[in-house]
This record gives sequence, C-alpha cells and structure tokens, in this order.
Amino acid sequence: MPHPQEKTPVEKLPTGISSFDVIARGGLPKTRTTLISGTAGSGKTIFAVQFLASGILDANETGVFVTFEESASDIRQNMRSFGWDLQAWEQAGRLALVDASPDPDVEVIESGAFDLGALLARIEHAVRKVNAKRVSVDSLGAIFSQFSDQSVVRRELFRIASALKRMGVTAVLTAERTADYGPVARFGVEEFIADNVMILRNVLEGETRRRTIEILKFRGTDHQKGEYPFTIVPERGLVVIPLSAMQLRQKSSNVRISSGNAEVDAMCGGGFFRDSIILVSGATGTGKTLTVTQFLQGGAAAGERCLLLAFEESREQLFRNATGWGFDFEKMEREGMLRVICDYPEVASLEDWLISIQAIVADFKPQRIAVDSLSALERVGTMKGFREFVIGLTSFIKHQEITGLFTSTTPTLMGGASITETHISTLTDSIILLRYVEMFGEMKRGLTVLKMRGSAHDKDIREFTIDRHGMHVGRRFRNTTGVLAGTPVHVSPSDLERVWSHYDAEPAQTRRPPGARRSTDPRE
Amino acid sequence: MTYLLKLYVLGKTGKAERAVNNLREICEHQLAGAYELQIIDVLENPQLAEDEKILATPTLIKQLPPPLRRVIGDMSDRDKVLLGLEVHPDTTSSNG
Repeated sequence: MPHPQEKTPVEKLPTGISSFDVIARGGLPKTRTTLISGTAGSGKTIFAVQFLASGILDANETGVFVTFEESASDIRQNMRSFGWDLQAWEQAGRLALVDASPDPDVEVIESGAFDLGALLARIEHAVRKVNAKRVSVDSLGAIFSQFSDQSVVRRELFRIASALKRMGVTAVLTAERTADYGPVARFGVEEFIADNVMILRNVLEGETRRRTIEILKFRGTDHQKGEYPFTIVPERGLVVIPLSAMQLRQKSSNVRISSGNAEVDAMCGGGFFRDSIILVSGATGTGKTLTVTQFLQGGAAAGERCLLLAFEESREQLFRNATGWGFDFEKMEREGMLRVICDYPEVASLEDWLISIQAIVADFKPQRIAVDSLSALERVGTMKGFREFVIGLTSFIKHQEITGLFTSTTPTLMGGASITETHISTLTDSIILLRYVEMFGEMKRGLTVLKMRGSAHDKDIREFTIDRHGMHVGRRFRNTTGVLAGTPVHVSPSDLERVWSHYDAEPAQTRRPPGARRSTDPRE
Repeated sequence: MTYLLKLYVLGKTGKAERAVNNLREICEHQLAGAYELQIIDVLENPQLAEDEKILATPTLIKQLPPPLRRVIGDMSDRDKVLLGLEVHPDTTSSNG
C-alpha cells in the first residue's frame, strides 16, 4: 500500500441550525472542539444552546451545557423565548446543565496550588449521566475572571478540551472578544484550545447593526469562506443566510403568465415567465403601483395566490387605489387569493425582513409576490446589506417557483436610475421602465420593455395612459428621440429622411430593400 | 461552637494528600475538639460536587458556623486558611 497511514476524512455533525450547515459544508467537525468567539451580544450563548437544542429536537442527540457566566436558572429563563424548554429536557434526561457560574455571595480564598479537576469531573459525570453527544461550554473568558492564577486556568482549559475529545463528544466553546475586528479572543489562548475557530460579529455600520458569522478554520476539512449574514429570530434562534451557496441553481420555466395587462403581455412577447423576477422602474406617480395592482389582479384571475409587500403606502391607500382602477382587493383577500403586508421598512433589519418574508411565503404559499417598492428597503441597511438582501430574496423566490415583481423608485422625475436598479438589474429576468416624457407642455408617460431574458420582446418606447380601467398602452413615440433620458427631442420627418440618407450612402449590400420599415432607433 | 468543614479533593493525588495533611494540622492546633472534617473525593461523588458547585480541587467549604466560606488550593498558605475559617490565632489559646 502506498499510503498505509492515510487518514479517514473528518466527519461532520449536522448542527441543525438553519443554513449554518450549508456554510459549514455539512456541519461541525465531529468529536472535535470548535471555538465560537464574539463580542458581547454577538449571539454566542444562543448558538451554544441552539447547538444542543437542535440535537435534542432534530437528531435525538443528548447534550450537556456548561455555563461559566450566566447562572443555570438565568439560562433556563432566557432560552424560553426561543421555545427551548431546558428544564423539561433536563427532567427527561436529555440535557444536563453544569453550573460553573460564580456565586457572588461566597467569597473564595486561594491558598496554594489547585486545579479544576472538580469541574472536569462534573462535566464527565454529566456527559455519562445523559450519554451526551454534544457539549457546549459558555464562555471560556468568564472562568479566567474567577481565579487569580491565570496560568492554572489556561492549563486546565487545555485539559478540559482534550478530555472532551477523549469522551468523543462534539463540543462548542464560546469566548469573548473585545472588538469585532481584532484578536480572536480576549485572553489570547482560547483559539489554541480548540480545533476549529468561528467568529460571530455584530458590527455597527451607518447606525444599523449587521450580524455575520465567519468560519475561520476547520482543521482538516473544508468550509465556506468569508462572512455570512445571520439574524436571531424569536422561536427559531440563529438563522444564517448562506448567500454564495444558494445562487444560480434554480430551474427556469418556459411557462408564460399574464402581467394582468394584455398590452404589456404582448410587449413582453406573450407575458412574463413563471419563476422570473421582473423589475419595474419609474419615478413617483409613473404607474408602478398600478403595474403591481394589475399583476396581482392577473394572478388572482388565473387562480394564483398573490402576496403584496407594500412599503410605501398604507393598506387603505392601496385598496382605494385598486378600487379607483376597477379592481376589488377586498374580494380577492376574502377569497384567499391575496395577502397584503403593509409596514414601514424600518420596523425590522433587512435580514429580519428576509426571514419574515420566507416565513410568510411558507405559510401562504403564493404563486406571485409583488414588492412595492424594493427601493424603500434601501434606507434600512447598508449598501452591502441591501445587495445581500436582494440576492437572498430573488434566489429564494426563484427556488419556490414564484413570479416576483419588484418596483424601484427613481430618484429623479425625468430619466434616471436608482441604486436598487444598479444592484438588482443583473439579478432580474425582465426590466420594464416607466418614464415621464415632457412633450409640448404636456407630461406624457412612456413604457418600454428593456430586457426580457430568454424571449423576443417589443423594443418600442410606447406611450401609455391611465384611467378608471387601469393602464392602456398606446403607440410608440414617433419622430421623437431621447425619451428615456427624459429630454425628448422632436425630430421632423424631413430630418429623419436626412438621417436615413446617411445610411443609404453606405455600400449597396447594407442598403435596406425599398419599402422596408424604418425605425428611429439608432441601434438598428 | 463546632466547625463543620468539607474538603473536596480529586482522587488520591499528592495535592489531595497535602491539602488533607495541612488542613488537619491547622485544625488540630486551632480548633482541637471543636471541628468535624469530611473529606469528599469528587471522582467518587461527582453529583455532590455538582450540587455544591465545586470547580477547583482541593476546595474547603466552611459550612458552619456561618457565613459560608470557601478556600481553594493545597492549604499550604496557613494565614489564608485561617482567614477562610475566620479563626484569629492571636485570640485563641493556641501556641502555634
């Protein structure tokens, strides 16, 4: 044998923590110790408890929780908000707590050499008692503060870590850090105690907090690199958003669905594709909400459930608008075809929005989702956070085979593009632009289908009007150029002839056949 | 006044032996006839260690008289042990 000592690969233990196993490529390295370091409030204790809770609930694996910091009774109480009843698990023999938290009422005097053998004996006893497969220790830093001789604590922690490995349990050890970017942990030794190191961050950026998780090292096995956003949700705990792991695996459908407006359908070459993302961009008042309303009406008419996430207008305004265009939202809602969620974007962080949207979708199971407007969510987070949110949302929607229609408000009345478009345009399958067009002292509205992935579409810029029955798409703007820029220039028919005469001057083989339809589009 | 003392040790190690010897000597000098010492091996009674929340070995607990006091280590620092027992050598009849 050329490699007689070839080792078996490191096995992974699925933690059961939402999406964490994706970035950890299967879970935590089995029968090894993993350090989780983070600043105060970064979610270390929650991760440590959730690791055990998931084992008990999902994998029928028992656990031991060792607390150096909070008292056992505080832990039991605090974790109830996540739906984890530690006491019940303890009584059922599925969990054991080792309370090594300091007792403020008892003064401890040091007289000569000591070790932490009693602590180790208690941990071993607890592991034996419940036959634990998972152990969490929270947090290492707190034990340093209980004893004056830190070299002893250091030595003893190494002993405990190696004992945990000997016992064959998969262990999570938490440690404090003083800054989100800096040394791995406060006492400088914690990272050497464990085989693997992960960092939880809770960074303040532009007045908003952004939580991320990063796997720094997994000894002898692979993992996803870099920081991944996560959020902490009541009743669920930590939820990781695995961005890079979830892109571009979705199916693509050739089934067409109606936009709710026959003329728009025709411009799109027969309607939107199912499980596609459509972006509707326009200045305020150009007809974005109407496009959304039609889209929902079209869905309900085809027997599809529709979800509307409205961040700009109240429920009452939306329903009144719909009535004004001849649509009955109340009836759609009564029949269970429509659900409307109206809220200020500021009520939650972007990560929380993503998680709650996913929860609503799982509950309502819509075939169509409209977000009006996506750009309103820009102001909740950082640029990076917003981009991640959009990626997460579009990817999720496509996986569910849902058609998504997002609106984006342009910052200027005429022409222009918003930040939303910059970030999202490559993620969308179709883009529809709604623009104001000033013509001879009159505001007209123009519509064009800019992009329609996987399909031919009408490339004209058409005028549209809005009345009591909704949107009516008319003829294309003739003899006019610069419509999209918002500064149209009228071109007289004789000028057009002159423009085309330039093309006619080209060599004969490129000359158009006589009578061919000419376009004002210079791209042709 | 009877002292109730509990000494938690880990197995039959040198440290455990030293702690027991040091403590017995101090008690014989300072509390002769007025104390009860229990020695508990945490390897044999881990649940007792759990209930008492013992971390370090050796750990001496002065159960009675109140207040509850804890001294950790091999009891080699005599003054610290006396501090933990709240015994003042000057006021007792001991001659060292």
